Amino acid sequence: MIKIKNLEASIDDKTILKGIDLEISAGEVHVIMGRNGSGKSTLANVIAGNEAYEVDGGSIAMNNTDITEMSIENRALEGIFLCFQYPVAIPGVGMAYFLRSALNAHRKHQGKDEMDALEFLNNAKAILSELGLDDSFLKRSINDGFSGGEKKKSEILQLLTINPKLAVLDETDSGLDVDALRTVAKGVNKFKNENNSVLIITHYQRLLNYIKPDVVHLMIDGKIVESGDMSLVEKVEKDGYSWLEK
Amino acid sequence: MVDKNQQVIDKTLEQEYKYGFTTDVDQTKFEPGLDEEVIAKLSKIKNEPEWLLEWRLKAFKNWKKMSEPTWAKIDYEPIDYQALSYYAAPKQKKNDSLDDVDPEILETYNKLGISLDEQKRLEGVAVDAVFDSVSIATTFKDELAKHGVIFCSFSEAVQDHPELIKKYLGSVIPATDNYFAALNSAVFSDGSFVYIPKGVRCPMELSTYFRINATNTGQFERTLIIADEGSYVSYLEGCTAPMRDENQLHAACVELVAHKDATIKYSTIQNWFSGDKDGKGGIYNFVTKRGNCLGDNSKISWTQVETGSAITWKYPSVIMQGDNSVGEFYSVAVTKNKQQADTGTKMIHIGKNTKSTIITKGISAGEGQNTYRGGVKILKNAENAQNFSQCDSILIGDKCGAHTFPYIDVKNPSAKMEHEATTSSIGEDQLFYCNQRGIKLDDAVSMIVNGFCKEVFEELPMEFAVEAKQLIEVTLENSVG
Repeated sequence: MIKIKNLEASIDDKTILKGIDLEISAGEVHVIMGRNGSGKSTLANVIAGNEAYEVDGGSIAMNNTDITEMSIENRALEGIFLCFQYPVAIPGVGMAYFLRSALNAHRKHQGKDEMDALEFLNNAKAILSELGLDDSFLKRSINDGFSGGEKKKSEILQLLTINPKLAVLDETDSGLDVDALRTVAKGVNKFKNENNSVLIITHYQRLLNYIKPDVVHLMIDGKIVESGDMSLVEKVEKDGYSWLEK
Repeated sequence: MVDKNQQVIDKTLEQEYKYGFTTDVDQTKFEPGLDEEVIAKLSKIKNEPEWLLEWRLKAFKNWKKMSEPTWAKIDYEPIDYQALSYYAAPKQKKNDSLDDVDPEILETYNKLGISLDEQKRLEGVAVDAVFDSVSIATTFKDELAKHGVIFCSFSEAVQDHPELIKKYLGSVIPATDNYFAALNSAVFSDGSFVYIPKGVRCPMELSTYFRINATNTGQFERTLIIADEGSYVSYLEGCTAPMRDENQLHAACVELVAHKDATIKYSTIQNWFSGDKDGKGGIYNFVTKRGNCLGDNSKISWTQVETGSAITWKYPSVIMQGDNSVGEFYSVAVTKNKQQADTGTKMIHIGKNTKSTIITKGISAGEGQNTYRGGVKILKNAENAQNFSQCDSILIGDKCGAHTFPYIDVKNPSAKMEHEATTSSIGEDQLFYCNQRGIKLDDAVSMIVNGFCKEVFEELPMEFAVEAKQLIEVTLENSVG
């Protein structure tokens, strides 16, 4: 699905990623854990093509297509979806309008007909009810005045509507109460199948109680220093990260 | 990102103005120059009564003593008023039948998307078409007459309803009000006149479409709308002009009078030629618009979408004389390339329990400069007056500017005032968010800007709201922002 080779990236001349290698195959769920400032969110942003970051070396390929230089929207259309840590508000732009525009941009790219308003609405309503959100959610402006939980649920609603190939969850679990966390996890589990992949970036084990990862990576100072299974998560919960620094 | 945005902005600047064509039409045009003789000649062509000529000449005398205002945040070469022609009109006389209108002119309006043929016209909108200095045609006059509504060109009104003109002309904007209003009072050539009788809700939207075609000619139109007791009217105004290298002057006056319990809703989409990317050409738009809520419980609401003109200088205002009267001003002003806009409103509270609302959205791109200038005045006897002002600006790129100058003058302690102002750059994070969902930069920009303007667009009549949205999209295409 995605193959990252020796990726180096910086922001404002400060090097953050110092050679990341990561490969996620279809059907897999990977987790990246690490301290604040280790470069986890930078990695998520660089995968999505955020132009605030400079790629200094290495490459990113999606299904054997090199996307390192690709524009943000073309990466999105190639199947990369970022669940934002801090989704930005866009006042005056309705959720329904935004979501349908996004969906139809993807459908167009895939050579499919645009989805009409009615079909879209029925589709969206079904997802909303699963997420425990009211239909009126679609009438609100994007993330405008949303609570923390609503913002994250809105990201999941978008994930399920667009149905990308790779979902990158950038600390989607932080700041959520248990109920919201369960809802988000339920959404992600509904999304994942053998043809797509999930990359979860998190500080905590709690989301992983609901979503079972196949591979766990630990990141320190811009590098992946350890990869393994769920047992790594337990070790981090117990011992922190200092054992990795030698 | 900034570099990329700049590239896209640069691309926009090369974009063609859709309405920039010229019409080849046989015309009568005055030689350039302005003096008493020119005014007398104009008045004679219009077959005006003596009192009106005197009114004009008095305004002219005053104008000569006045000097061009310099307080606005706009910068332009001095206008040579003697180099302008003060009258240009297609040779064919105005006639009741469209068959007599020069086909070239009909074609012009067709190209602009304004059909003067009543059959083809969208139902519910009557049009007065003003071409350079004269009104070409007014549609649905008979239909409106059935309801007692008078909708005609200003020139016709002078002939057919002199008593109304004499009573109301200059009653809201005195001939000596300001430099450009005085000039307009001296040389205005045509415009629209509306009278809605007592208790009548005007059965359709009324609109005037202004087109400047002739070169080196100033357009000075005068619009007068009177809503008698308990009546309602919604009026729309649209404007375009050809692309020309030299600047053209447009100095209009619009006077609105709302009697007891009457409501006037006035909407403008101003899309005059804005000049090219180097700031060459474009319309100088110096306009005085004011409404008087004369009677109790009356309401005047201005909504404007200003995307064109090299210079925009206009402050549609409301005097709330009647008790419980309401004044509103909703504005979207876009400046790009080297456009400059200094626009806003004045809300003058005289009556008790009067209430005003000001919502403005300024959008600056390229090297555009956008200024909000607004005054709220609460006079001594205006018990329990209320004002709410919200002035938001959005910047696209790093060469443009947004400025806000609110003036507040409260003489009555019971007044309630609220003022909010924000300025933000179109967020890279908002663009990133949209792009990440597969939405292209252009689409993202127009989506964000349209969202920003939503509160104002909601005030426009449906048909106009769609046009306004499209206009913003076209104006900002490739401009990130």
